[in-house]
Amino acid sequence: MTSASQTADPKSARDHARAMAGMRAAAMPTLPASAARDLPPGVAGGDMLWEETIAAGGYASRQLSRGSRLRLVDLEGDACVSLLVFNAERPVERLNIADTLKVQWTGYLGEGRLLLSDMGRVLASLVEDTSEGHDGFCGASNQASNARKYGDGFNHGAHPNARDRFTLGVAKFGLGRRDIHPCLNLFKPVRVAQGGEAMVEIGPHPPGRHVTLRAEMDLIVVLANCPHVLDPRPEYGSTSVRASAWRGPVTPPDDPIRNATPEGQRAFLNVDDYYAR
Amino acid sequence: MPTPPPLSGAIVHDEVVAARAPWIHRVNQGQTLRIVDLEGNQAVDFLMYAAEDDAERYSAQDTIAAQRNIFLREGSTLLSNEGRPMMRVSATAVAYHDTIGGACSCESNTLRYGHHTKSQHACVDNFLVANATQGRGKRDMVSNVNWFMNVPVEADGALGIVDGISAPGLYVDLEALMDVTVVVSNCPQINNPCNGFNPTPVRMIVAG
Repeated sequence: MTSASQTADPKSARDHARAMAGMRAAAMPTLPASAARDLPPGVAGGDMLWEETIAAGGYASRQLSRGSRLRLVDLEGDACVSLLVFNAERPVERLNIADTLKVQWTGYLGEGRLLLSDMGRVLASLVEDTSEGHDGFCGASNQASNARKYGDGFNHGAHPNARDRFTLGVAKFGLGRRDIHPCLNLFKPVRVAQGGEAMVEIGPHPPGRHVTLRAEMDLIVVLANCPHVLDPRPEYGSTSVRASAWRGPVTPPDDPIRNATPEGQRAFLNVDDYYAR
Repeated sequence: MPTPPPLSGAIVHDEVVAARAPWIHRVNQGQTLRIVDLEGNQAVDFLMYAAEDDAERYSAQDTIAAQRNIFLREGSTLLSNEGRPMMRVSATAVAYHDTIGGACSCESNTLRYGHHTKSQHACVDNFLVANATQGRGKRDMVSNVNWFMNVPVEADGALGIVDGISAPGLYVDLEALMDVTVVVSNCPQINNPCNGFNPTPVRMIVAG
């Protein structure tokens, strides 16, 4: 070795660390969010709350205020975003997939549908959806299921699983294994055949598909971007996803999604009732 | 009434659970829990937790993904949230059972039927009461099995709890593949056909 170490003493190590400033990676957040590079149509930079590109196999968790919008873009067509949603103020209230499907009399979520909590309230509305569908049935991959397919499923390895990613995402908000509830998988449609068979349309799908959620309560959202648990491909099929959030008004009483069904109307009434204080 | 096949091993517990009541019981590895739908089409809402670590619990989604089917049938294995086998449907006289419909709650009843149902009995309350005896709470609620309940998904995605396919005396046998704590709500719902609009008792037999 002829080159001298750049990190032999604290001041050199500091300079070495500081020299990294300004580096860019494919997956990273934009700070401040007002400098967002991918502004949603009609949104001013000053209204942006969050922009982050989440890597294949990556995760993120974030608090969002009531009324804000969250857009998730499947940048390259092979993202599978597993989603947990909590009431930020009282996280013991969380997304209930069974109620979400049963109350809306459907197994397939899409634009205009609601994500319902276990307390009979709307956590979020799906205000925009250009994908072919989603999956409320199959849930998150785990270490064992990834190990069977890819050789290992460790969080620290090359094939992280969605459940471990959730564990990390919820931990950042003080939540634990007991809080990882049944999830919704975005961008990988699962349909049910007449014999009950669950069939995934794994893709890859066209790039640029997106969903936009409107927060109907103050939320914690946890995103894990790992291959779908039923992905049949031997390689770890996952591509990056961009999360963008911005400020928006609380849903008004005459909102068409709010008034689309009697069940939904009552779920919004329950939200109003919760915020009566 | 059909006669179920004999259970192997000695019967160590035999109890009739009243209409609308909760039930909690440990079933050890190798034992079989038989649930008998005494009067027909009585939804039995069912959760279970690993006895050694109750943060590991039944996972409807892991179970569906592993068998690639939403219905539980004879031979189905119930998996945990860690992907481990907890129980196996070793026998059943009903063609299939539900694991996507979840449990009724006072709160979801207000959406499904109106706020006049808020004070009615509901499965989530039964689960909470039973789980509270062992220190578990609302965080421990997850999607449950509904034995003897019929929830089809039609080609266009239409999903709902419809008239049942069970009958008086039909049963399901569950062989424990690990030591588990079973928590049941004998569904008190009176607003849909999950129990024929008429909650009735069920019988729980543990053998082995």
